[in-house]
This record gives sequence, C-alpha cells and structure tokens, in this order.
Amino acid sequence: MANKLIVAPAPHVQTSQSTARIMRDVVIALMPALVVSTVVFGADVLRVTALSVAACVAFEYLIQKFMVRGAVTVTNWSAVVTGVLLAFNLPASIPWWIVVMGAFVAIAVAKMTFGGLGKNPFNPALVGRVFLLIAYPVQMTSFPLPVNGAFDALSGATPLAAVKQGIVTPGTVGAQELLLGNMPGSLGEVAALALLCGFVYLLWRRVITWHIPVTVLVTMALFAGVVTMCTTSLEGVGPDDVKIGEVAYKTGFLFGRALSSGLFHVLAGGAILGAVFMATDYSTSPMTVRGGVIFAVGIGLITMCIRLWGAYPEGMSFAILVMNACVPLINKYVKPKRFGVK
Amino acid sequence: MKTFPMGGVHPSENKLSCAKPIEVLPLPEVVTIPLAQHIGAPAVAKVAKGDKVLTGQLIAEAGSFMSANIHSPVSGTVTAVDMVPNGQGLRQMMITIKREGDDWAEGIDRSETLVKVCPFSAQEIIAKIKDAGIVGMGGATFPTHVKLSVPPGKKADCVIINGVECEPYLTSDHRTMLEHGEELMVGVTILMKAVGVEKAYIGIENNKPDAIAHLKRIAAEYKGIEVVPLKVMYPQGGEKQLIAAVTGRQVPPPPALPIDVGAVVCNASTTVAVYRAVQKSMPLIERVVTVTGKRMKEPKNLLTRMGTPVSALLEAAGGVPEEPSKVVNGGPMMGRAMVNLASPVTKGCSGITVLSGREAVRREAAQCIKCAKCVSACPMGLEPYYLSKMTQKKGWDALEGQMITSCIECGCCQSTCPSYLPLLDWIRLGKQTVMGIIRARGAAAPKK
Amino acid sequence: MEVLLYTILTLCALGVLSAVILYFVAQKFRVEEDPRIDEVEKMLPGANCGGCGFAGCRGMADALVKQDDISSLFCPVGGGDCMKAVAAYLGKAAAEKQPEVATVRCGGTCEKRPRTNDFDGAKSCAVASSLYVGETGCAFGCLGFGDCVVACAFDAIHINPATGLPEVDPDKCTACGACVKACPKMIIELRKKWPKNRAVYVSCVSKDKGAVVMKACKAGCIGCGKCVKVCAFDAITVENNLAYIDPLKCKLCRKCVNECPTGAIRLVGMDPLPKAPKAAPAPAAPAAPKAETAPAAEKPAAAAPKAEAAPDANKES
Repeated sequence: MANKLIVAPAPHVQTSQSTARIMRDVVIALMPALVVSTVVFGADVLRVTALSVAACVAFEYLIQKFMVRGAVTVTNWSAVVTGVLLAFNLPASIPWWIVVMGAFVAIAVAKMTFGGLGKNPFNPALVGRVFLLIAYPVQMTSFPLPVNGAFDALSGATPLAAVKQGIVTPGTVGAQELLLGNMPGSLGEVAALALLCGFVYLLWRRVITWHIPVTVLVTMALFAGVVTMCTTSLEGVGPDDVKIGEVAYKTGFLFGRALSSGLFHVLAGGAILGAVFMATDYSTSPMTVRGGVIFAVGIGLITMCIRLWGAYPEGMSFAILVMNACVPLINKYVKPKRFGVK
Repeated sequence: MKTFPMGGVHPSENKLSCAKPIEVLPLPEVVTIPLAQHIGAPAVAKVAKGDKVLTGQLIAEAGSFMSANIHSPVSGTVTAVDMVPNGQGLRQMMITIKREGDDWAEGIDRSETLVKVCPFSAQEIIAKIKDAGIVGMGGATFPTHVKLSVPPGKKADCVIINGVECEPYLTSDHRTMLEHGEELMVGVTILMKAVGVEKAYIGIENNKPDAIAHLKRIAAEYKGIEVVPLKVMYPQGGEKQLIAAVTGRQVPPPPALPIDVGAVVCNASTTVAVYRAVQKSMPLIERVVTVTGKRMKEPKNLLTRMGTPVSALLEAAGGVPEEPSKVVNGGPMMGRAMVNLASPVTKGCSGITVLSGREAVRREAAQCIKCAKCVSACPMGLEPYYLSKMTQKKGWDALEGQMITSCIECGCCQSTCPSYLPLLDWIRLGKQTVMGIIRARGAAAPKK
Repeated sequence: MEVLLYTILTLCALGVLSAVILYFVAQKFRVEEDPRIDEVEKMLPGANCGGCGFAGCRGMADALVKQDDISSLFCPVGGGDCMKAVAAYLGKAAAEKQPEVATVRCGGTCEKRPRTNDFDGAKSCAVASSLYVGETGCAFGCLGFGDCVVACAFDAIHINPATGLPEVDPDKCTACGACVKACPKMIIELRKKWPKNRAVYVSCVSKDKGAVVMKACKAGCIGCGKCVKVCAFDAITVENNLAYIDPLKCKLCRKCVNECPTGAIRLVGMDPLPKAPKAAPAPAAPAAPKAETAPAAEKPAAAAPKAEAAPDANKES
C-alpha cells in the first residue's frame, strides 16, 4: 500500500454548514434592516454599525490573543454578529465612545469571561445594550428624527414611549409606518418588514426554526389583546346604526381594539428584532423545541408586563436576559421526547 | 409520504451505482473465512488444515443458539485455521482455503427456476434457515433464525422487509430488489409462514421509484404483501425507525426488541437468501457488494463469494485512487474504516465505499455553539451534545439516566454538527462503558 | 419615633423567629459524624485522585475511621508515612507497601514502529482502541493519544513528541494508578520504585507470535526466552510469547538486558553490564539456588550502583 489509509470512526459524512457560515447568514439576514435604517436615519447608521462591529471584533481578537492565549477564532464571524446586533440596539446619534464601551461589555464581560462562543449564558449584545441603557439613559433614549419622518410631532419619542406617556393610543399608530420604519427608534427596530425578510432568509437557510420567534410574537399579541379587552371601557360605545345589535357591536369594537393593540405591540419597538435575532441566539436559548417554546412564552409575557406596567417603554432586552438565566433550568428539566417512551 | 417520527438527516445520496446491473466477480484464488461474521458466539471450526472442502459444505458450526453456521464459499484445501488480521487489523480466528475449481456439495439446487410453493412447516423453515447460516445482511448480522423464533408469550402480527437502503452510496439491496424481485416475494411469503402472520410490508425509500414500481407489480399477485414507499430520510433503514415509519409503533428503549411491538424486520437481500436457503437448500456463501466512491473509476455491484479479499473488489472497480483515501466497509454513515485491504468480504458487508481527497479527512473541530442541531437530528430523541460531553467527563450515572443505551450509533448528530465535533466517537465509548456497567451490575445481582 | 420603635421591634421579632426555626431545622437534619473523619481527611494528601479506590480523600477518611481493619486501605499518594501517621492517630495497624512508580511498557517509538495509517477520529486512546488496531501494525502497543496524560492529576506523565510514547516523571508520580486504569491497552504497570529511579522491565506487552511482532515493531518482545535462562532469581517468566519481570523478585542484576535480541528489556538509571564477559552467565546459573545469599556474592562483579540497591533488596526478603 503506497499511500497510508485514513481511519476514523463512523460517520464519514460531515455537513456543508459551518459555524462561520451560520454566523455569516445571520449577518446577511440583518442587512435589509440596515439598509432601511440608513434610508431612515442617514449615514450615521453606517458609522455606528461599522464602529460597533470593529470594536467587537477587535476586543475578541485582543482577548483571545493576549489574555486567554488560546486559539483566535474571530474568523467565525460571531463577533461580527454581536457587533451588528449591538449597533441595532443603539440610537443613530449615539457618541462613538459609548459604542466602544458597549462593545467592550458585550465581548469582554458577557462573552469571553464565560469562555467565549457557545459558553456565554447571556446574549452579549443585549448585556451591552442593557449596560448602556442603565449607565447612559439620556443618550440611549434620545432618538434622532427620521430624515423625512411622519412622527415629527412626537419630538423624538418612539411609538412605544409615546404610548406609554399617553400621547397616543396604539390604534392611532399606523401599521404601515411601523412596517416601513418611518419613526424614531434604535437602528434595528424601526423596520419590521425588513427584519421579517431576514427571518424568512434564516428559515430558508435552516439557521433557526420558527418556534421561538413565532411563539414570542404570538404570546405578545395575545397578551396585549387580552389586556386591552379587559381594560377598555365600553361606556358610550353604541351602534349608530340600529340595524346591528348592541352586543355584536360592542364585541366587534372590543376585538378591533384588541387586534390593533396586539398588532401594535408586535410591530413596535424591538419585538421582532429581539424575537428573531436575539432570542434565537444558539448558546443562550434552550436545546429542545419544547424548551424553546417555554422560553419564548416567558419572553413574550415579561416583555408585555414591562411595556404595560413597567417603568421602561420597552422590555424586550430585559425579558430575553431574564429568560436567558432560566435556560440552564429549562435544559435540565425539559428533555426531548424520547423514541419509544410514552 | 411516511417516515419515522423524529430526527433524521438527509445526506447527499450519491447512489453512483444504482443503474449498474449486478456483475459476477471472478472466484478468488484464496479465501479467508472469519468464524465470527455475526452477532453472538463465534462458530466452531469443523475442518482442519489439509482438509478438502466443497463449495457449500459446512466448515464451521454455530457455537450456540445465538450464532450461525458457516459454509465454504469455494472448493479446495484448507491451508490454515489461525488468527488473521481483520479489516480493522485486529486478529480473528479465520479459516483459509486455497481454491481448486468450484465443485459444489450435493443437495444444492443451483438452477434459476422460481419455486413458489413452500411445502415446509414454520419449524422446518426456521431449521433450514439456521442450517444455511443466514444472518442479517444489512450490516447488523443478527442471526435470522433467532429473529424468526418468536419467544413464548410474544406475538408477531407483521413482517417488515427492509428495502430502505438509506445509507448514501450503497445500492446492493436496490439492485437485488430489481433483479430478484420474484425470489424476494416468495421469500416474503416464506418469512410470513415462519413467523405465522398474514401481513407483510416492504418499506422502500422514494429515491428508488423503479424498485417500488417493480415490486408493486409483483406484489399484486401475492396476498397480504404491501409495498410502502417512504420519504427519503436517514436512518430509516434502522430497525426501530423502519417499524415506526411503516406501522407507527415505537419500540420501547432497550432491552425491548421489535417483537415487543409485534414486528419482525428482515432485510431485502436477506429475504432473497432465505428464499434460496428454504427452496433451493443454498447456504449463504455469496452476496451482492456495492463497490463505490466518487473517485473510483467504475462503481459496481458485484456478486461476490464470502471470503474474497476486499482488495479484489477494489481492483474490479478500478483500484483505490492515488490520493489519501478512506476505505469504508459499509456506507459512509455507519461503515467501519479499514486498515487491512486483504481482509475478506463477510456476510454483513453490503458495500465498500472509498472516500478520497477532502471527503476522506474530517474538518477541524471547533467549540460547541449549542446550536442544538444534534438534538433535532437525533432519531432516538437523545441529546448528543450532552452525552458526548458527559462521556468525556466520565459521568456514567448521568449517561445512563439520559438513556445513552438507546443510541443506535446512526451518526446523524455528528454528520449534522456545524462545529465538526466528534460527538459519536465519544457517545459510542460512553455507551459501551455504560452497557458494561449495566452487565456487571446484572452479573453481581443475586440470580433468582 | 413610633415608626422607629415598630421597625426595631418587627426586625427583632423576625430575627428571633428565624433563629428558632433555624435551630429546630438544624436539630432535625443534623448528621452525626465522627469528628475524627475531619482530622484524618486533613492528614491525607487531599489530591482527591481516587488512587485508593474511593471517590476522594473524604471517602477514604470515612473508611479509615469506620473500618476496624484498615490493612486493606492504602493511600498511594501519601505513601507509608502518611498511613503510619493516620494509623497512629486512630490506634490501628497500617498497611505497609513498597513505594511504586508507573511504568510504561511499550518501546514502539515512531522510529521502531512505523505508522501504517492515519487516525482521524477523536484524539483518545479509548476511542481508537474500540475502533481498530491503531496507527501501527501492533495490536498491543501504545496508541499515543494520551488518555494517561489526561488522567494524571499530578502532571507526572507526558507524551514525548519525538517517540510518540508517554514518559513518566518518577519524582512527580504518586503511583495513584489513574493512568493504569485509563490505558485501554493495559500498558502501564505500577512497579516497585528503586532508589534513584532505577528500573529493569520488559517494555512490551505484545502477546503476538515473534514473527508478527517483528513485522510490526523493531522493539517488541518476541518471547524467545533468552532472558529467562539468564535470570538468576527466577524473576522472569514467558507466557503467551511475552516475557515479564516480576518487580518483587528482580534484583536489577541487568543480565537479561544484554541478552534481549530486540532490546525490549529496558534499563533505566544504570549503565548496562559490559558486553565483553559473555561467558559470565554460565557460571552465574549454578548460583541460582542460593538466591537468598546470592546478592552478596554477586556484588563484587556488579557495577558500583548495585551496592546501593542491595540493602533495599535485602529488606524485602
């Protein structure tokens, strides 16, 4: 035998997917939202995103090279994903040093201290964002107006904040505005439609399954709808037209309110960004589909509780971080359905 | 389209040789016959150095109930009964025979005429199968007579013929079904009679439409035989997966067996061998072996006598390519990589797959990113990432609790891992260790 | 003022209540434990290596305190001194054991034992050995993936990249036996530890026939039995084509080393006997029956280091 044979245990087949390809797909899926955001807020968006990505990659490289002194794995694109996601959680007008600080917290504190990719219990980008939100609340919540926005009357308040302050009610915010992103907000949360395009891309590439995002959004919509139904006063609501019965009219009115409230909460703020890109983060979400559904329901409920009754207008990041903390518990108790076990 | 309930992967099929008719490989000059070609006790040699043997003559007898007879695949002189390295380089007791012509033992019907009527009783059928030394030819090599002997207190209600051939590359069952469909069908009736059931299913994956159509046409003439097309999904050829796909019943975790859900599963090639054993008194001395690989000049399906060196098959298909290669006994998902190409073809060898170049070498493993793809790919509903990690930490109790013994070693987890982790390498080790612990506990427990 | 008073009172009441609850809970769930277990645990090395057969030092301490006869228990890491101290504390009789050291019995270096294939699976001896023969033609030899290195809690065993074989640092080795258990080929043996780390042992565990061994490895034991004939102390036996030197009978006379045609008998920490007096073994043979007194008689013939080794050997017999 001239050439040495290669020997390994079965299987002798490997997937064509790879960690780097998965991470690259996530970045590609985020691109439509980046484009819309740039159109809405101008070139500042690209500046913040580029800086955030560069800082995340640089911190990861430096830590792996000089502190951990192990293999440098920045080529797997995971730091890029963190960078883009962090940028998507910031307002376009944020000062550069806050971005760098957020990147440092995300990579150095939330990711590398736990051993890097796959070992971090909390989503790094969200830890970075929440840190900045608490440390620099003013800068983190002053949103620039859209370049040609329809919301200028609201003086830079996001739709969620406007609802919270009682300036508007959910029903008056048009779904069209929310879908296309013509409103103030963080970079990545303004264009629901672009994010949904990314979601479809990720599903098509089999990077994620639909379970977590859909469950989060459905939970939020249902919860918002039910709460709206319970709290809407029906005083003075009556049919102008005698042909319809009063009960049917009131029921229809209630459902209409519930529907618009549910739709508003799904489309506004970081709901879609969080549900599609943050809650599905591999290492911080449960390993089983059933566990993922429990995790997603938890995120939806906590988000809505914060939005409706909490001090912050938006609760997605907190909800995801709280549920991240529950993931080890979920993994321990929610096991896949075993073959042949009743 | 039916398939099994959970997990599974769909690797590139690469059925390069599916249109190649079965060819007869010239008889080898020397054959080596391992005494352990099946699960269970090795056979006991009945010949010694210098003995003359005829083709089809019994040369080693089953060592216990869970064992199988072995017959000489050629006629000639026994030159040694000694330890010889097998495909993995490990020494095994083998009988070496130098071929002199091809004179057959008496009583074997070598004609091609189809004998449809089976005059034998169930006991007689099982006895004939045991005499012929038939074992599962899909790779598991479980003695067929043991499988057909339904234990007292249990009852089978159907026979399932495994024509799935879910392993990429392999086409030996496919070609057998196409070219020996009639014999297969009579074989099925014999199996039904042996087990005492009225119903038989032939499960075939949808990537073999010609075999499905062919067998459906023939099955129309027989009562109680149904061809079931199945969605293409690996590891559908696994016994438990096939039963679930065809009948919807799930075999409980070990030590439960398919018979506990009333099913007896038999591979398609084995069924043809059963037909020959019962109707023609033909022992299991030859089989169809697919020799394949993207860099092989001529992938082929070869009718090969047992004991033929693998190197002879490789030569017939154009030889092993010059570049670094992996020669796998079996398909690429579950086959065993070989180091010794002089080792023989055995009863369980359904194919020789040659992987070359980039296909032959694993890509470098990175860290686990907890993507959970292994969990969703596992057809047994296990958590491969956890089992693999726990094996490395030697947490045997935890592994037993997480049902590592249910693992069927199909390799879905490892083949789907985007970090290229050697998940199954470890899980297999953990499973072996845990099974050893369970056996030791059973031995230590007071016997009642 | 009133608020302050109520606050203080409430807190005090809570504190007292908690204390009472804690007291009763502690009483209810108290585990009676012999205080000597703690003391004994402190005396043990605390490596938790499992070399004693227990999961950790506490398990060993528990057994030492509870069992009346502790002669079957031994801490290989702490050694005789540690056991004596524990026994003295507990007033029991301690087991005595010779110090031992892990010995790797394979000489199949990259050079002597050519690689015939490349293993591409998980880098573990256990994984490779359950799959196949290994990267060389020898079914018994070291696989070189370092399961023993991973098992060692004392950083005492490392793979030498030049030879591909593990090497034991005798000064760090505590003879806990973790590597012995980890090796799927059962190559590593705990052998008696001589002063200055001297050793003579058969560095091969192949039970294959001579011809098979020679084909796979130039340094293997072929079971020729020459060493048996030359040994004056009945220390060497050949079984299944493999020679074995009993570490308790061997006196490090080194005659076998020169006899071995493949160099499978390894000599450590000493110079080999001069090759010239090849006839010497013959007169030595009759001396065998007088093995008990033989060391003294042989001493002049042996090289200087032997003298230091001898007292130890005498103590043993």
